[in-house]
Amino acid sequence: MSQPTNAAGQPQNDPKLPPREYTHPGLPEPENKDYAVIGKSKPKIDAREKVTGQARYTADLKFPNMLYGKILTSPYAHARILSIDTSEAEKLPGVKAVITHKDVPTLKYGISPARWDENIFCSETVKFVGDKVAAVACIDEETCYKALKAIKVDYEVLPAVLDPLHAMDEDAPQIHPEYPRNNNTEIHQDFGDVDAAFKQADYVRTDFFVGNRTYQAPLEPHTATSIWQDGKLTVYSSTQSPHYFQYYIAREFGLPMGDVRVIKTYVGGGFGGKLEPTGLEFAGAALSKITGRPVKMFYDRAEMFAHNRGRHRQYMKLTTGVDKEGMILGVHADFIMDGGAYTSLGIASAYYAGAMLTLTYEFDNYRFDMHRVYTNLPACGAQRGHGAPQPRYAFEAHLDNIAKDLGIDPIEIRLKNARRPNTVTPNDYVVNSCEMVACLEKARDVSGWRDKKGHLPPGRGIGIATGSFVSGAGYPIYRTDLPQASAMIKVGEDGTAATLYTGATDIGQGSDTILCQMAAEAMGYTYEQMKIVAADTETTPHDFGAYASRQTLMSGAAVKQAGEEVKTQLLETAGQMLDFPPEQLEVRLGKIFAKDNPDTILTTFEDVARTFFVRKGPLTGRGSYAPPKLGGKFKGAPVGTSPAYSFAAQVSEVEIDQETGEVAVLDVWDVHDCGQVINPALLHAQVHGALYMGMGEAIWEEVRFDKNGKIANPTLGEYRLPTALDMPRVHSSLVPSYEPAGPWGVKEVGEGATLPTMGCFRNAIFDAMGVSVNSLPLTPEKVWSALREKRKADGEEVWDPMTCECYLED
Amino acid sequence: MQAIADKQGVKRYLVDVTVNGDDYSVVVKANTLLVNLLRDEIDLTGTKKGCELGDCGSCTVLLDGKPVDACLVLALEADGCDVITIEGVAQHGELDKLQRSFADNAAIQCGYCTPGMILSAKALLTRNPKPTEPEVRAAISGNLCRCTGYVNIVKAVMAAASGEVTA
Ligand code: FES
Ligand code: FES
Repeated sequence: MSQPTNAAGQPQNDPKLPPREYTHPGLPEPENKDYAVIGKSKPKIDAREKVTGQARYTADLKFPNMLYGKILTSPYAHARILSIDTSEAEKLPGVKAVITHKDVPTLKYGISPARWDENIFCSETVKFVGDKVAAVACIDEETCYKALKAIKVDYEVLPAVLDPLHAMDEDAPQIHPEYPRNNNTEIHQDFGDVDAAFKQADYVRTDFFVGNRTYQAPLEPHTATSIWQDGKLTVYSSTQSPHYFQYYIAREFGLPMGDVRVIKTYVGGGFGGKLEPTGLEFAGAALSKITGRPVKMFYDRAEMFAHNRGRHRQYMKLTTGVDKEGMILGVHADFIMDGGAYTSLGIASAYYAGAMLTLTYEFDNYRFDMHRVYTNLPACGAQRGHGAPQPRYAFEAHLDNIAKDLGIDPIEIRLKNARRPNTVTPNDYVVNSCEMVACLEKARDVSGWRDKKGHLPPGRGIGIATGSFVSGAGYPIYRTDLPQASAMIKVGEDGTAATLYTGATDIGQGSDTILCQMAAEAMGYTYEQMKIVAADTETTPHDFGAYASRQTLMSGAAVKQAGEEVKTQLLETAGQMLDFPPEQLEVRLGKIFAKDNPDTILTTFEDVARTFFVRKGPLTGRGSYAPPKLGGKFKGAPVGTSPAYSFAAQVSEVEIDQETGEVAVLDVWDVHDCGQVINPALLHAQVHGALYMGMGEAIWEEVRFDKNGKIANPTLGEYRLPTALDMPRVHSSLVPSYEPAGPWGVKEVGEGATLPTMGCFRNAIFDAMGVSVNSLPLTPEKVWSALREKRKADGEEVWDPMTCECYLED
Repeated sequence: MQAIADKQGVKRYLVDVTVNGDDYSVVVKANTLLVNLLRDEIDLTGTKKGCELGDCGSCTVLLDGKPVDACLVLALEADGCDVITIEGVAQHGELDKLQRSFADNAAIQCGYCTPGMILSAKALLTRNPKPTEPEVRAAISGNLCRCTGYVNIVKAVMAAASGEVTA
């Protein structure tokens, strides 16, 4: 603990680097004067629970008579199950149930309805190291591990597909018989006339980039406790979406949704990895049904890495045609994605990968080809920014290559092409507010770009990149006409407190807090008097949960409507009490006054709410939100549609150790257009976290495999989560913006800031050394190799460690 | 230390430990971890488990004043020791200045790292009341946080140390 080494066991301070002076982040933003509750940095509603250790996460819950459960997984990447013998395990004292595919529903499931390809347990073949084979329920954890060891599974090992680039070969082993050539998702989209654009272009360039397989690595491991009683099932879960869990669990067990209750506890981070069922809920439900007792199931850290659903590794070929001035005329994106053994959210990831490239720059001609292939590796899904960050890295690097070839400043080429407000992308996304130009200009100014670009000392460089993301997906994951979000507010009988009921899901990002701010603003009440009940399918109204950066805009819209309904009823009663036309009354922070005389308080929210209750019963408000119909008519058109898009530019300044290739990031400036801000402190905190994740993926993080498809680094230390010593100075700032499609003008922030980071680091390295690192992560080894190649090409003599004789023993 | 054997001959030991000022006598196995003694035997679930390998620091507690990963300490080793967990940081319902500072500086997101962070920071401020920013970063470098980028956590610890926050 707190040793002077970082998580990778490296010394905490590299003596070669200059000592860092850290400044505090976040440029001060003007306090919003027009609103009473929103626009203010209110402390989190759950802060006290979290700083005192009172906050209970799923693994902290205990139930009378509770059992512990574990899942047995495959040790092989691809194998046929010949037999499973559970008899020895069943005989062990303390073992209450051992189940396999024979004991559970065989219906295939998955989070993407177009490709349901998972089973609770494998029956014929296992498809990756970590695939689920059996499960046990025992009186304690230790007995679970003994029982897992006692289960005998005979496998016939099959040849495995570990290289996605050869997954579609004619002679490659087949992973799912239903999907020949391991072809999971194939996309061909063509907008405008790309070939004509390339013909017309003054310059056409092609580049090739490779991404990395990364993992969300939330600090809290997946956990679920299932209680099956009298034909009804209750699941406490560490989830990003109680609704989708409820829907898929009910479907799997043939229960009406009303008989399945999913309750989110406090959640220790998700980042996309907790959006879909993990298998723990299914196995736990089956075990609870058989034993008649609550069953708590969890993954340990290595099992989490194996379950995965993290970021896809993408192989990205980009061709762009520009005119002499650097105006983009047409783009062709041709990608392959390593999907792993199952679909997970991968169909959407595949579409997102290409679809989101049209947002930050304006061009009319665009072609997107994609193959998402199956491999015998853990399945990939949606990680912060979904399929978009790696293609964004590739495109921003590609654009810098073009700018360099044409002798144009990287910011200039971006300003020339930057998207303007009230435009439509070639793939039919309607963009309302868009401050891309302002973001670029502000990023240029706050980073001191003009003074630095071309003037930094050797080894130092500065780079820029952009990003854009949805504020909620235009369509839910499965086809349904349910609204995206709904909310209810109940004012207490004496008016001194009000409770917001929402299905929106706080996984740490702070939705409970900002939704209470929004409710109070809409009602004319105070934040401090708000309470919240959230993310419990039985007590809270429907909402799809935390993904696609949807809750501030979508859940917020429902909350605003509910708050306004309370306010209307309150002012009507106030009008009756005061004998005053209600439309001339206003309520703000619990005080009621005449609109034209705000200084004279006529009565209070509390008094009127109490009178309302006495006369009419509970004072409640309801709201719901459904976006307008969005998107074009082509195949895949709904993916990437959204009522609104955020925009961001990031600049980073790096210093490269020319001997070791080590990249020290000195400063990062993020400038965001995220619409109107509800809680500035939480907003900047989202930027910090997104940037941290983007930085980890850019420089260190990668899930690696041995030659048998087993993860080589399934720990947080070896996977190399960045520590406090790795973080650069972070400067997060905003440009004024207002989004007409969002309540009070809001847009997303939580994922968008992950998008530019990898590209802006690559571009800073490119600026510093003139070398391009074309694959992620941008490790010292790769930077060093690129530098070495450059020196060789420049005719310098370079030392070759592989042939150097000084290491030979004499 | 007293030991008794169960039916299978596995020995149990009686551990006397003071947690947050209260004395407990708990029967444990030789391989019981301190983190499980705290969470399972005396229901102090504020101490979290993120890896059980000593990587993440979620399970940080103060053992005789020193921050340790409770997943790397045997319950037996805590015999006769004084343990402070996150539940023992606030006194009589009053938050410690670090706790207040974490809340005021938006240093909490999911909160899973928060107990460990606060205890590592508390140990730092006890031995070094006016740390520099690099010293704060070094002190929490064994505590991983996936949500905040450490930005506001460092800010919160600095603010608590500088007296900007009063408990
Ligand atoms: S749980 Fe102890 S260090 Fe991670
Ligand atoms: S706040 Fe989530 S891990 Fe630190």
